[in-house]
Amino acid sequence: MQNLWLIPALPFIGFLINGILGRKLSKAVVSAIAVLSVVLSFGLVVSVGLSSGWGEHPIHQHYFTWIRSGGVDIGWDFMVDKLTMIMLMVVTGIGSLIHIYATGYMAHEEGYYRFFAYLNLFMFFMLNLVLGANYLLLFVGWEGVGLCSYLLIGFYFVKKSATTAGNKAFIVNRIGDFGFSLAMFLIFITFGSLDFGKVLSAAPGKPVEVLTAIALLMLLGATGKSAQIPLYVWLPDAMEGPTPVSALIHAATMVTAGVYMCSRSAAIFLKAPIAMETVAIVGLATAVFAATIGLTQYDIKKVFAYSTVSQLGYMFLGVGVGAFSAGIWHLMTHAFFKALLFMGAGSVIHACGGEQDMRKMGGLKKYTPWTCGVLACASLAIAGVPGTSGFFSKDAILTAAYGHAPWMFWVGVVTAGMTAFYVWRAFWMTFWGEYRGGDAGHSHDHGHAHTHGHDDHAHAHNHSHDHDHDHGHSHSHDDHGHDHHGTPHESPWSMLAPLVVLAFLSLAGGFLFNVPKFLESMFPLHEEVPNEEMLMGVSIFAGLIGIALSYFMYVANKELPGKIRKALGGIYTLVYNKYFVDEFYDATVVRPIIEGSTEVLWHGLDQGVIDGAVNGAGTGSRSIGGVLKHLQSGNIRSYATWVVVGAVILLITVGMNGGLIR
Amino acid sequence: MDPQVLMQTLGKGVPTSWYLALSAVLFTIGVAGFILRRNIITVFMCIELMLNAVNLSFIAFAHEHRQVSGHLFTFFVMVVAAAEAAVGLAIILTVFKNRSTLNIDEIDSLKN
Amino acid sequence: MNLLDLVIAIPAIGFLVALIIPRVMEKITRLLVMGFALLTFVVSLGLVSGFQSGVNGLQFESNKIWIANPEIHYHVGIDGLSLWLIILSTFLTPIAILLSWKYVQHRIKEFYAFLLLLECGLVGVFAAYDLFLFYTFWEVVLVPMYFLIGIWGHDRRIYATVKFFLYTMVGSVLMLAAIIFLYTQAHTFDYAEILAQLGSGKIALDHGTETLLFLAFFLAFAIKVPLFPLHTWLPDAHVEAPTAGSVMLASVMLKMGTYGLVRFCLPMFPIAAKENAPWIVILAITGIIVGALVALVQPNMKKLVAYSSVSHLGFVVLGIFSFTQVGLDGAVYQMLNHGISTGALFLLVGFLYERQHSLAIKDFGGVATVAPWLSILFLITTLASIGLPTLNNFVGEFLVLQGAAQANFSWAVFAAFGVILSACYMLWMYQRVFFGALAHSVKHHVTDLSPREWACAVPLIVMMVWMGMYSQSFIPAISEANARILDRTAKAGLIKMTPHVAVNAGTSNFAPAGGGNAHAR
Repeated sequence: MQNLWLIPALPFIGFLINGILGRKLSKAVVSAIAVLSVVLSFGLVVSVGLSSGWGEHPIHQHYFTWIRSGGVDIGWDFMVDKLTMIMLMVVTGIGSLIHIYATGYMAHEEGYYRFFAYLNLFMFFMLNLVLGANYLLLFVGWEGVGLCSYLLIGFYFVKKSATTAGNKAFIVNRIGDFGFSLAMFLIFITFGSLDFGKVLSAAPGKPVEVLTAIALLMLLGATGKSAQIPLYVWLPDAMEGPTPVSALIHAATMVTAGVYMCSRSAAIFLKAPIAMETVAIVGLATAVFAATIGLTQYDIKKVFAYSTVSQLGYMFLGVGVGAFSAGIWHLMTHAFFKALLFMGAGSVIHACGGEQDMRKMGGLKKYTPWTCGVLACASLAIAGVPGTSGFFSKDAILTAAYGHAPWMFWVGVVTAGMTAFYVWRAFWMTFWGEYRGGDAGHSHDHGHAHTHGHDDHAHAHNHSHDHDHDHGHSHSHDDHGHDHHGTPHESPWSMLAPLVVLAFLSLAGGFLFNVPKFLESMFPLHEEVPNEEMLMGVSIFAGLIGIALSYFMYVANKELPGKIRKALGGIYTLVYNKYFVDEFYDATVVRPIIEGSTEVLWHGLDQGVIDGAVNGAGTGSRSIGGVLKHLQSGNIRSYATWVVVGAVILLITVGMNGGLIR
Repeated sequence: MDPQVLMQTLGKGVPTSWYLALSAVLFTIGVAGFILRRNIITVFMCIELMLNAVNLSFIAFAHEHRQVSGHLFTFFVMVVAAAEAAVGLAIILTVFKNRSTLNIDEIDSLKN
Repeated sequence: MNLLDLVIAIPAIGFLVALIIPRVMEKITRLLVMGFALLTFVVSLGLVSGFQSGVNGLQFESNKIWIANPEIHYHVGIDGLSLWLIILSTFLTPIAILLSWKYVQHRIKEFYAFLLLLECGLVGVFAAYDLFLFYTFWEVVLVPMYFLIGIWGHDRRIYATVKFFLYTMVGSVLMLAAIIFLYTQAHTFDYAEILAQLGSGKIALDHGTETLLFLAFFLAFAIKVPLFPLHTWLPDAHVEAPTAGSVMLASVMLKMGTYGLVRFCLPMFPIAAKENAPWIVILAITGIIVGALVALVQPNMKKLVAYSSVSHLGFVVLGIFSFTQVGLDGAVYQMLNHGISTGALFLLVGFLYERQHSLAIKDFGGVATVAPWLSILFLITTLASIGLPTLNNFVGEFLVLQGAAQANFSWAVFAAFGVILSACYMLWMYQRVFFGALAHSVKHHVTDLSPREWACAVPLIVMMVWMGMYSQSFIPAISEANARILDRTAKAGLIKMTPHVAVNAGTSNFAPAGGGNAHAR
């Protein structure tokens, strides 16, 4: 019998040691503790997998009662089944690789111990999320990973843009959590329990309206955590965090929690067709929307961030059309290639001394051949080139979407084409051509940029873009603490080794792990769709077109992008500025709240009306006293007169009422 | 009033109502003096007058009801009046020393 | 003389001792007072270990005649509801004393004497079982707090104290009138006796009378809570109070109001309570949201935390008037949670004040660079306050919202907005104070925690984790007491039981039918 609690406990111990003592420990010890705790945890997962037939025989363990009151009885229970098993493998496996990578990437950073403590804490909460056997424990992990995301995005806490991005992430996620918690209340009211087992087995018998409400509220939660429309806005900003964080949290694991939750709750979603349709549409819309933004960005991490949003949209499309296992499959392959993309980007940034603007890169393939190679693998995978991991999972989702509604398939294919285009655009801009950086300290504004024809137009419109990063736009986004060495250089092996492993998985992951087959007992395989070969061909074709187009525009004919930009004019500006969604939210939500609270609620209601009434009562009594005080003249004779008058009035009153009654 | 009846009545002693009338007259004089006069000594004497008016009615009622408690009250009032006279005159002297006036309208420092 | 009497008596004796110590012996005063407070705490722990679950009625009861005519008893005792609030008081008093070790430099012995008197009054309020005695302790609490703010407060302290005093007096005078009315009906001040008479119908209140009595009690408690819109004394009082005063005020004194609602309003006037619940809940939810929104834009840290208290206490009131076991348990648990986490917030804000001599958020920035441990403890407290799971507030908020959802789902929807907003105002403040570039004055004045400050903060942090992770140490006792109260309200034809709530009620520890006699000896 395996002790499941050890799986999250190990990273937690790492967190405690590094968090409390880390400042006094050497970097080697800190990284040893951090990496070992996660690798050991991975080992435990594997051994649990081996002993349980990889989730074939589900394990359920109860540790202690957490909350009990009235009918609420929440235990700290962990469970492992096949779905959990996949998540566990992804989280601990990729987590281990990223921890190793981070020891190299963060080697020269201040607060090294702090970084690894947070990273370990993240692993703890993420494992809690996937192991929890009831919704509340899922929620514990859900909020906990949000916390770690907040801490790690704001890791460079001296930088205002970083901490603001952290706040934004936490608060936007809170809006999602609002939905999730309401879903939990409704689940409890409907089912009298929050245990997955009890809830999901009883779900088919419950009224559709209630299940729809639950599913939609959960979707709200998922749009927060998994960065879907309308709550995706935090994820691009989250790139303020160090790159390993982007890879681990904002690409491979945490942001996929929404997909996991929806798949876990499949029994509820399947009974709520309206909710399913909503999930599919939200996913699809996000996929297209984010992909178009990705086409225009120059910050290499931003490109991948929008790509992540878009790919998460794909996963939701899969879930929404009922292909849960395809969604999970894409979750896994995406974890491989997107983690790789980010870590590769990190390696590139590392090589360029902290530069993230692709216009200042170029020609890196001769300086960093390994990075170039692994990034090519990842880019092939995300473009869905046949044989790579991304091809299998994306095809599974698109086929299922076709079975659900053909238009969804076509929109998905267009998105796939765009995805291939912008990822390869980033690839060409980074590795092909001539190196355009190197003159450190030179701002990339104006004259300098003109010589390259890439961005002759962009700067006319990017004041709002600059506004997002009041600090350091002209130098490092990442504050990656390297001196600029003049020429780019390859990263150390501690960084490259994990990349190579992931490159292998990106290419072969689809062959090696056939998730739909594995999950067949939980989610029945999707029915066959006619013309499957044709559909496959179309999606492959879209991907190849995207790659070819990007080559044509960014390698073969470099003048073209500028011309297209000019031709598009306003539309380009709109997309380049991310459809001004942040500005829109700022104007319609943030400002009204802040100003309304200040002027109306605080100064108006609290200080004006309520305190006005209170102080008014005070001044009122004072002014009454002010009138009455004139009676006190100090003149004894007038006092005596009052006494006499009073006595007379008293006598008259008594007399009029018939005298004293005996 | 008919002399016959008067004699008859007086034969039984002076009626209580006469005492009460006298008491009322004395009291009214006291009140009027208290309100109208400005000299503090006069005011003081008016207070004494009122006290004595009350004493008179006490005695009258005590006689009427053949009870001793009226006398008791009278003694109390007399003791208090005596004490008051002592303290009051002392205060008046001090006031006069400080302000060189006995006009009650000029002594209004209780105000405000 | 049982343990409970001791817990009330020791601070009172300490108060007198502190008064007669010569003024010059400052150090001895401090140590002695600390000794008394710690002794009280240790003795009060005896209450926990001696507390038996499943006992129907009061424990550690003590009943003596105090005034013969009219008959007023010194009648004290505890159940699960009072137990933890008393522990909270005795737990926080030593911390309050320790944290003002350096902060208070003039009139030292009066300061500490007042703290002990405050403790005595608080324990008395939570233990009293005679309405007159309750009222006495209720007012006793007011006096030391009046002086703590008025003498050791900041610049506008006089305005704040007068406002605080008058606000509270208005309510408590009405409560006194209601108590006297009850006396004229029941011919006793003994609460158990009155409850029994109300339950058995010996005192028959007509509908209007019951509503008026309920409102009289309710107003007194609502001001103390404070329930929107009666809350405006709180921000002023907090901003002006010395740190120890803020801690005691926020952590324990506000709980007198919510305690009163649960202890007196619900059992005595169940029908009126239920009839008035809808608008009370609306006020509570308004308080949650308005308090949070106003907190969002406060430029002063203490004011921000004070408004956050308005918001948090709204949750407690919401839970109480949901009339569900879950909601009520959550409300009582949330009282304790708020005591711990908001107390800790005031404590840490006080530490910042002692360094920078300012409470304005704009005077800070980059504190995390120079004082990492202070920042970490503040972060943990912040997270507790915004209800992060595994820390204490989450458990309470979850139960309250669950209870509210069971009573009326839309209540939970609106109240849950408060959870979103709490993250906004706390994190925004945290960012502006602790993150960002190091401000010049911060660099020169702010240092990390001293051992004394560690000693103040760590117990609170430990409690946050304990209460967040293992609520079973606390909730069962609370549940039992609440079940009895709900049983009473249900008997009065109160709860409209939806089918599944009925099922839940069946599985919970509802006490055997005790009805009106549940509290009688």
